[in-house]
Amino acid sequence: MPRNRTVGGWSARLVLWAPYLWLLLFFFVPFLIVLKISLSQTAIALPPYLPTLDLAAGWNGIRSFVGGLGLDSYRTLLSDDIYALSYLKSLEVAFVSTAILLLIGYPIAYGMARAPGRLQNVLVMLIILPFWTSFLIRVYAWINILQADGLLNRVLLAVGLIHAPVAWLASDTAIYIGVVYSYLPFMVLPLYATLEKMDDTLLEAAADLGAPRWKAFWQITVPLSLPGIGAGALLCFIPITGEFVIPDLLGGSDTLMIGQTLWTEFFSNKDWPVASAIAVVLLLLLVAPIAIYQNLQMKNVER
Amino acid sequence: MQRRFSAFNMVSVALGLAFLYLPIAILIIYSFNYSQLVTVWGGWSMRWYVALLADRDMRDAALASFAIATASSAAATVLGTCAAVALTRLGRFRGRLGFAAMIYAPLVMPEVITGLSLLLMFVAADVDRGFLTVVAAHTTVTMCFVTVVVQSRLATFDRSLEEAAMDLGCPPARTFLTVTLPLIAPAVVAGFLLAFSLSLDDLVIASFTTGPGATTLPMRIYSEVRLGVKPEINAISTILVTVVAVAIFAAAWISRRAHAGETAGLAAK
Repeated sequence: MPRNRTVGGWSARLVLWAPYLWLLLFFFVPFLIVLKISLSQTAIALPPYLPTLDLAAGWNGIRSFVGGLGLDSYRTLLSDDIYALSYLKSLEVAFVSTAILLLIGYPIAYGMARAPGRLQNVLVMLIILPFWTSFLIRVYAWINILQADGLLNRVLLAVGLIHAPVAWLASDTAIYIGVVYSYLPFMVLPLYATLEKMDDTLLEAAADLGAPRWKAFWQITVPLSLPGIGAGALLCFIPITGEFVIPDLLGGSDTLMIGQTLWTEFFSNKDWPVASAIAVVLLLLLVAPIAIYQNLQMKNVER
Repeated sequence: MQRRFSAFNMVSVALGLAFLYLPIAILIIYSFNYSQLVTVWGGWSMRWYVALLADRDMRDAALASFAIATASSAAATVLGTCAAVALTRLGRFRGRLGFAAMIYAPLVMPEVITGLSLLLMFVAADVDRGFLTVVAAHTTVTMCFVTVVVQSRLATFDRSLEEAAMDLGCPPARTFLTVTLPLIAPAVVAGFLLAFSLSLDDLVIASFTTGPGATTLPMRIYSEVRLGVKPEINAISTILVTVVAVAIFAAAWISRRAHAGETAGLAAK
């Protein structure tokens, strides 16, 4: 009997095929459909796109279906600046906030990894807890604080740092605050996981050989924590690029992020082919980071 | 050089936690504010909780959300645990790479893409949208989180127990149910709770895949929040935060007791 098998025969097939088929049907096939609809034309019909595949018409049905496909939606994406600007804005927000998250998250994770053993478990729990509470509620909490007569303005006025209320809401600053706040646990936890496993004897050796502490940190701690940095950065960067809720509730209306543009095309303009084309291009932008992330995850499990 | 919890370490952890918790604390405090104006303190009061009880739409949405979360997290726990077993115990089967890719992609996939693609599939398949389509959508995303949680437990625990059972002639399926499952139970419970809270929390995917009659709580909250800050929203938020916090602490407590029992049992042998 092979040693690495616990489940064999029919039960193995069931254990594998149930989730496999589910994901094929509800995750993979839907992407093919998005791709197909991004090649269709907008129509005033139900569903609002053409052509629809008519298998009952046999070979002719398939021929007229394929003939009806085209790149019109992608031409629309090129014809108007707002789409390109949306993609750029999303990438910018994702890049900048991932950098901020790394700068804030690293000292927190580092501090957690150095805390006394018993305290560490409590700290991990405290970092995870906000991640379980509703995303929407956490964003809403910031509306309370950032609004014109909100707590932040009143504190700043009382301290004398500002002399008139600042409009925090509907600005990029508010988006960054919301994103950094919401994604901080996603950055801290992978960083903590690698820092916590680190072998302290390496730092001792560096100290014995006369390396100053900052040098030991840069040449030992940081390189050894690269897997955590990578995982944390990707875990933040990818979803932030497609973020909808945070920019919609906290951001302004001048430049939309791509998640908002997709939402508007779909729900307000009812242009399903263009919304699909936006999704396909977004996916193409994110394919490389997603593949790297999957690779990291798999390596993590093999170890 | 010993691991030292320096003043700098302490301050960064403390500031990080303050940043994470202050906004929620403020939200909770203001849910007990008597004043209609969210920014003016009018004394302690429960009036917004009472107002919430009378809000039928909100109650219906809460019920729908809990039903969806229960159904989808139960399905996600079964499918996700199966997937975790497949990834850690079946060796290198054919198609493993594609399978693993489908497990890890939904974890980071922007929700607008997942939501849109699922909706377009439901439309193409001519399925009526509502309760069931949201459940299917949430199951798809949350099962992958269950897999990751259960998989990390499966990868770390001592396999000699499973091997002993099988060497003694126990069939694989039975070995799994009587030996493996009790050992990974805390992770399965944690996965279930995570799936439940993710489903309860989701706005984007539910907005795409829902239909008439299945408005979820986040959708309801979202449409209110777009119109501005309201004390009732602070109250419902406080209730949700409390429910989740209590559930997590209960789960942590149960798993610690179970773990203590396990260690005590081993010590007694």
